[in-house]
Amino acid sequence: MSIVWVLLLAASFAAAALGGRMGDLTLALASSAQGAVTLSLGLAGVMSLWLGLMKVAEEAGLVRGLAFAARPLLRLLFPEVPPGHPAAGAMVMNVGANLLGLGNAATPFGLAAMRALDELNPRKGVASNAQVLFCALNTASLQLVPTTVLALRAAAGSRAPGDVIGPTLVATACAALAAVASAKLLARFFPAPAPEP
Amino acid sequence: MLRAALDALSIWTVPVLVAGIPLLGLARGVKVYPVFLEGAKEGFAVAVRVIPPLVAVFVALGLLRASGALGAFGAAVEPLTSRLGIPASVVPLLVIRPLSGGGALGVVGEVLRADGADSYAGRLASVMAGSTETTFYVLAVYMGAVGIRRYRHALPAALLADLAGFAASVLVVRAMFGP
Repeated sequence: MSIVWVLLLAASFAAAALGGRMGDLTLALASSAQGAVTLSLGLAGVMSLWLGLMKVAEEAGLVRGLAFAARPLLRLLFPEVPPGHPAAGAMVMNVGANLLGLGNAATPFGLAAMRALDELNPRKGVASNAQVLFCALNTASLQLVPTTVLALRAAAGSRAPGDVIGPTLVATACAALAAVASAKLLARFFPAPAPEP
Repeated sequence: MLRAALDALSIWTVPVLVAGIPLLGLARGVKVYPVFLEGAKEGFAVAVRVIPPLVAVFVALGLLRASGALGAFGAAVEPLTSRLGIPASVVPLLVIRPLSGGGALGVVGEVLRADGADSYAGRLASVMAGSTETTFYVLAVYMGAVGIRRYRHALPAALLADLAGFAASVLVVRAMFGP
């Protein structure tokens, strides 16, 4: 990540130097940094609500029940997560919320899943295979109805805003399959260091 | 019909969860209120922990856009993409989609306005934006929340997923709606 980050910054600097847009960089710096904080703090309220509900659902046995139902699939994708572990329940809730297009609800469940997966992670600070696969799946936009895009299309005067739902589902499924395949296949080329004592 | 059912599903799910989970908890003998507070207390901490990685990613992307590097990249790959059936107006989406959700919606809105919502370009942009996620944001938030600094193969795997999503979008939209 360090290399990627420095590359992005260096590319911007080089492009700005060539294009004479150095002044724009300074402006963009301040507004981007500000935007990151606004977004994080905006997350805090919804995050608290869902983490609270999640805790109640967990104590009520709901999360465990869901994880139980999805057990065969989870065992296939995440063999290192023991059945009944809180990570399984949180991941199921996250994927469920994603499918329904509830981005605001999906993120807290996803973060809860990442924390539960981290309990199983012998090397803190280094992503485990399960964490990589879970993140990759989340970048594949598992959504039944792309609500934001539909709203945009309707606003732009489309006669059939919904005609992209089918193609989007197919493309999403391909992205998800590619996420699973590449996370599994690439794992051996990115070995994790030996566990801390 | 299916559309109406999916719409109803989107509208009802959140309220049903918010009302249903505490009800179920009460029925199972959970001390709902203190348990809720205990969970909710962590929400702010998580949001604060996410700030540093988000600042890093947002700043890098803001600079890429402001410096003109993003635009230059789009111009550089244009000869290749037009042969693949990706109109020039859609090319910026390939770069911006993984980087910025708001930016991607901006590009889609611009394509829909300029080429028409029901044009080939408009549909392709819609499907591409709908079938992929803001990869860098998701990784920064998820990994950042548990203090992971070494992502290992997460970035290449996620970008390959985006690439597969884009490729599938082109194939399906070409097959269904033609260029």
